[in-house]
Amino acid sequence: MKKVLKGARVLDPSQKIDGIKDILIVDGHIADIKEEIEISGAEVIDLSGKIVTPGLIDIHAHFREPGYEYKEDIESGSMSAAAGGFTAVACMPNTNPPLDNSALIEYVDMAQAGAVAFSDDGKPVASSSLMRKAMVYAAMFDKVIIDHCEDPTLFEGGQINEGRVSTLLGLAGIPKAAEEIMVARDILLAKEMQTPVHIAHISTKGSVELLRWAKREGVRATCEVTPHHLTLTEEAVLGFDTNAKVNPPLRTQEDIDALLEGLKDGTIDAIATDHAPHHFDEKDLEFDKAAFGMVGLETALGVILTKVVEEKDIPINTVIEKMTIGPAKVLGLELGTLKIGVPADITVIDINKEWTVDKDKFFSKGRNTPFHGFKLKGKAVMTIVDGKVTYSEI
Amino acid sequence: MLSKKHLLGLEDVQKSDIELILKTAESFKEIMDRDVKKVPTLRGKSIVNLFYEPSTRTRTSFELAGKYLSADTINFTSSASSVRKGETLKDTAKTLEMMGVDAIVIRHSSSGAAKYLSRHVTASVINAGDGTHEHPTQALLDMLTVKEKKGTLSGLKVAIFGDILHSRVARSNIFGFTKMGSEVYVAGPSTLMPPNIEEMGAKPVKTIEEAIEGADVVMALRIQLERQQKGLFPTIREYAKFFGLNKDKLALAKPNAILLHPGPVNRGIELTSEVIDGSQSVINQQVKSGVAVRMAVLYHLIGGSRK
Repeated sequence: MKKVLKGARVLDPSQKIDGIKDILIVDGHIADIKEEIEISGAEVIDLSGKIVTPGLIDIHAHFREPGYEYKEDIESGSMSAAAGGFTAVACMPNTNPPLDNSALIEYVDMAQAGAVAFSDDGKPVASSSLMRKAMVYAAMFDKVIIDHCEDPTLFEGGQINEGRVSTLLGLAGIPKAAEEIMVARDILLAKEMQTPVHIAHISTKGSVELLRWAKREGVRATCEVTPHHLTLTEEAVLGFDTNAKVNPPLRTQEDIDALLEGLKDGTIDAIATDHAPHHFDEKDLEFDKAAFGMVGLETALGVILTKVVEEKDIPINTVIEKMTIGPAKVLGLELGTLKIGVPADITVIDINKEWTVDKDKFFSKGRNTPFHGFKLKGKAVMTIVDGKVTYSEI
Repeated sequence: MLSKKHLLGLEDVQKSDIELILKTAESFKEIMDRDVKKVPTLRGKSIVNLFYEPSTRTRTSFELAGKYLSADTINFTSSASSVRKGETLKDTAKTLEMMGVDAIVIRHSSSGAAKYLSRHVTASVINAGDGTHEHPTQALLDMLTVKEKKGTLSGLKVAIFGDILHSRVARSNIFGFTKMGSEVYVAGPSTLMPPNIEEMGAKPVKTIEEAIEGADVVMALRIQLERQQKGLFPTIREYAKFFGLNKDKLALAKPNAILLHPGPVNRGIELTSEVIDGSQSVINQQVKSGVAVRMAVLYHLIGGSRK
């Protein structure tokens, strides 16, 4: 089976490729990238005017299986990922039962190799001693700990960012220090033990500064940021909108500015969705009873291209790096690249496609998005995994 | 008629609506002094008091307000209802609505519960206290009491002190009094002061003495004694010493200043008995204003036919 993707702007930050090229796929693998590939008998897909990137990787999503299939399952989650342009997704283990033994991981069958990392997402490890042991033990197998940083004693009952909006709405606040204390702790543990650590979904200016310091010190600390923390402030909660209730909470413009700066200067390694589908009934409740989290797989790319690339002037190469080779490096995986010989995981983007987010058209079972009705520009229009088209609007 | 269908908080109520409610309430007070305390204004209308938190004065006040206006009022308390069987607020509200109620008065422990309810019913929703968010009829009755004593609500210095962080009464009063042109000073233990309170229009100060100095209106808040167990202040005794009001501290206010408290009072903690029962206290008048204000709110929200 041969396929030629023709005439697109190929953008592969892992090889610093950015130009109009053709891509040859043979038996599900990248066989060649150059200008003007002419092969007889190959299926030709004309992608002129489009952008082709390595398949997007989401390092942080919740597919809810096993245990919570009413929120999402591997099939609906995978369809949602494909529609959003993602070809690989790391699923968080806060399922029921939790994905904490190999039988369950085999059941999930996410990657041939099994777990790609270990995480406490959704239930932060309060004990510094336990975290230190986990980091050291995981490092023995070249695996990274992905830490959800939040001091549970400071979080206590919190609903939204502590500040103007929490005061106005009378909702319990979550201080920024709840996150930053744990970020600092993990960095110091990683520094001392010389192990890697990955900080999930950072949301504050202080976290960016701590990670910048860590990298300067040579600590093997990496981090990710979500599209919603890059684009929405605590104001999104006004009117008690439970779709804007997320953990860590939406913060302030000052934090957004720092996160954007962190993206630009390389402090932040990856953009991750923290795709967290919930059933309608778990969000349509009094604010403090509603679940934390929002879906993100189908909106991530459009939100980033519109609100970060177009409106904030961050180069498209930078954000594609953070959605491809960036997360691949964090996990130490041979993904996120169009190098000759690798499986052909590819995302095709129409940078000019204007569309309106409609939660009722999501492939995900989750409808919980604060982006419903947003007018966006830029979308994944074709997703290819192992050379096979898994999603197409072309 | 008011410009809005619901009364969810004073944040989004216009000054002209506040003035209308207070003016109407003043005239309704007269009904309360009659032998036969009943006018037919809301005959044929039905009101449900949906109370998810214990309350005596607010619930009784709403119930009497409805009854004085000839509405049918029903009390629904969460301890004796299908809520105990796990029914959600949304389903309870829809059920009540199908029975044809015109107004739902809700008291709930979740901030935003009244707003949430208003999205799910077509009846008028009146917030009788939602979590630590707002308690608009309390602020309206406070303003009515002040207006009667001071003749105006503009140009006054209002001091509110105590647990501002957890107080829906403080929030509604800050919105209400600043809208009417008064200055609101707030003070309390630093652990019980919310961040960015100045952005709501209040002026935070460090001591209650500073807040009370030269004030026209002094408003104490109820301190929930269980806050002490959470480490928000060291002892009740220390709270009373620094944040309790006695005669000497009240003397810092203007000589004709009035003292309010939303009740029920912890005697000897936030207020000493001498100031509660003293000549400046209007705590009992507040209760009467409460019924009048709630009559006015009900009248303006469900009186007459709405298109």
